[in-house]
Order: sequence, then structure tokens, then C-alpha cells
Amino acid sequence: MTAVLRITGALSLGLMAVLGRAVILLMHMLRHSHVVVKRFPLFVQQLYAIGVLTLPIIIVAAIFVGMVLGLQGYNTLVDYGAESSLGLLVALSLTRELGPVLGALLFAGRAGAALTAEIGLMKATEQLAGMEMMAVDPIYRILAPRFLAGVLALPLLVALFNVVGIYGGHVVGVEMLGINASAYWSGMQQGVDFYNDVLNGVVKSFVFGFVISWIAVFQGYDASPTSEGVSRATTMTVVASSLLVLGLDFVLTSLMF
Amino acid sequence: MHKPIVEIIVGLFVLAGLSALLFQSFRVGNLNGQAVVDPYTVRAYFDNIGGLKVRAPVTMAGVDIGRISSISLDPSSYRAVVELSVSGEYRNLPIDTSAAINTQGLLGEQYISLEPGGDPTYLKDGDRIKLTQSAIVLENMIGQFLFGNKGE
Repeated sequence: MTAVLRITGALSLGLMAVLGRAVILLMHMLRHSHVVVKRFPLFVQQLYAIGVLTLPIIIVAAIFVGMVLGLQGYNTLVDYGAESSLGLLVALSLTRELGPVLGALLFAGRAGAALTAEIGLMKATEQLAGMEMMAVDPIYRILAPRFLAGVLALPLLVALFNVVGIYGGHVVGVEMLGINASAYWSGMQQGVDFYNDVLNGVVKSFVFGFVISWIAVFQGYDASPTSEGVSRATTMTVVASSLLVLGLDFVLTSLMF
Repeated sequence: MHKPIVEIIVGLFVLAGLSALLFQSFRVGNLNGQAVVDPYTVRAYFDNIGGLKVRAPVTMAGVDIGRISSISLDPSSYRAVVELSVSGEYRNLPIDTSAAINTQGLLGEQYISLEPGGDPTYLKDGDRIKLTQSAIVLENMIGQFLFGNKGE
């Protein structure tokens, strides 16, 4: 009995400590967010590593997601004679849910894991400690630009994901299955609302970008400085950010729609 | 470290992302809402608007000539007040034009169809359409049909 209590207590205390360290790190990074202006090249470099290098996987995934949506949607809608609503179905599913969520999951796997591994290795090889020795704040020089680049990169990636996905649906629906192209687009324009659908999708992607970058940077910074610690931190980043994205998606959806 | 090529690629990436956002706003969503050009507003009162929604089309002879700009309830007469914003291109609608709520197909979206009258004076901004025909509620019709048959 006491053993169960002790384990529960120890786990909760550990969780609280981790959360506390994460929030403190977040505050430090936000305090240093002027690094974007002062050391703009650093920020650009990170935007390249986090955003541009994630672009290929996002685009390839989006094409296939759009094509599958087109195919599945067509097969379902054609039973009701409503295949002209395919454009609406594809666009709404992408802007509201699939774009932000799938984009975020891919981003967590590609960019989040890389961020954690990079920062964790810097810590394991004592590069961060070396910087502190030279009176360079690693939070300012290393963490803040990466975090902020991640927050900015995901909404851009998701916007591209949505557009590419809609064209993927266009390829299947219009060019392969022969739906009227103007029905595809006009159905979309009549049903998709800018504020309710597009803007809420952008808000979602900002939240996801924030959460993933925060977890990734924190896990790297907090990793035990061994090869095992870095590998565990990388796994933790992918698992925790994927689960949080899916959970937060439910919360945000119930708040928004 | 800061090669110009990297900066150019990042610039391209940011621009592509932003233009994707713009594309979503205008081509996918309807931020400009296929805006009605130079609109004027007329009101119509209905006993029942069924499932009519704001931004549904207003047509005459099947041609799209405007959008519904707002729907509210008149608290004194308990009737629905629908404001139609009609394109300025069609200012010469007779004052005795009638409005009916129709459905596109059996289960489609509802819209307002205007039927021109013969009066020589035209509707002005803020005028009220007097002749209206409410939405046909399918359930009521079925109920009437069953009830009518029993009565006979």
C-alpha cells in the first residue's frame, strides 16, 4: 500500500518538476525572443533547417492525402448523386482537421526529433556548457531561434499542405473521375468560410507548432547527457508531441466549431 | 554559415507559405465572398424561412443576382425578416416583385427566387418586398397529406 502511494507520489512530483522546468525554459526563450531581430541570420538558418527541409515530406504526404480524400469522397458521394460536393469535402477536411493534424504529426517526426537530437547531442558533448563558459547564453544563441523558427514554420507548412492536398483531390476528382472542374471549385467556395474554417485551421497550426517546438527544444535541453539519454529524449519528443497534438486537436475543435 | 543561397531558399519558403494562405483565403474560402457589386438592400418578411441561411443566393429567372445579407426575427409580428443584397446591375426590379424560398433539388440548399411583377416603379434601397411565399417544409406537407386523406 505504502509502496503504491510512494510510486504515485514520486511520479507526480517528477511530472511537476519536468513541467516546472519546461515552463521556466519557455519563459527564458520568450524573454529572448528579440533574438529574431538582433541575430536575424541565425533565425533564417533555423527556418531553413526546420521549415524548408521538412517541405518535401509535407508535399509528398499532402498529394497522397488529397488523392485518397478525392477517391474515398467520390466513392461515398456518388451513391447520393452528390459527387459535385467533392471539392467542399476535400477542402473542409483539409483546412479544418487533416492539414493541421497530419502536418503537425509529420513535423514532430521530422523536425521535432531532429531538434531534440541536435540539442541533446550539444549537451552530451558539452558544447552548451562550453558556450556558458564563454558567457554566451545557450538559450539565447541556440534554443530561442530554433523554438521561434518552429512556431513560424508549421503554419506555413500546413498552409502549403492544404493547398497541395486540394490539388491532389483535384487530380483524382476532376482529371481521373471526371467531375466538373467548376463544380469542384465553386462548391468549395460556397461551403468554406474564411473565419470559421481557414482561420481556425491557421490558429490550430500555430498552437501545434508552439507545442511541438517547445517539447522538442525542452527535451533536448533536459536530456541526460549520454547517448541513451539523447535517444530517450528523441523518442519522448515524438511520442509526447504526437499525443499532445491529437489531444489538443480535440480540445481546440470543441472550442472552435 | 549564412550563405545567401540559404536565405534565398528561406525567403522562397516563407513567400510560398504566405501565398498558400492567401490562396486558401480567396480561392478556397470566400473572403471576398464573390462580393455583390454595388449592392442595394431590400427586405422581405416571411412566415417561415425553413432552412434558409445567410449568404444563400438570390436569383431571378434562375440567374444569380445577389446574396442574403442577414436574417432576423421581427419581435412585433413574429415573422422572419430577410435582408437581400441585390447587385446594383439589377436596379430596375418592379416594386411588386414577389419573393419565394425555393430548394435546389429535393434535398439541396434553400435560396430566394424573385419573380418580377408589372409595376412601372422600381424597388429602391431599403424597400420591402410585399409578396412573399414561405419555405415549403417537407414534414408539414407530409403531415397535411396524411391528415387530409384521413378526413375524407
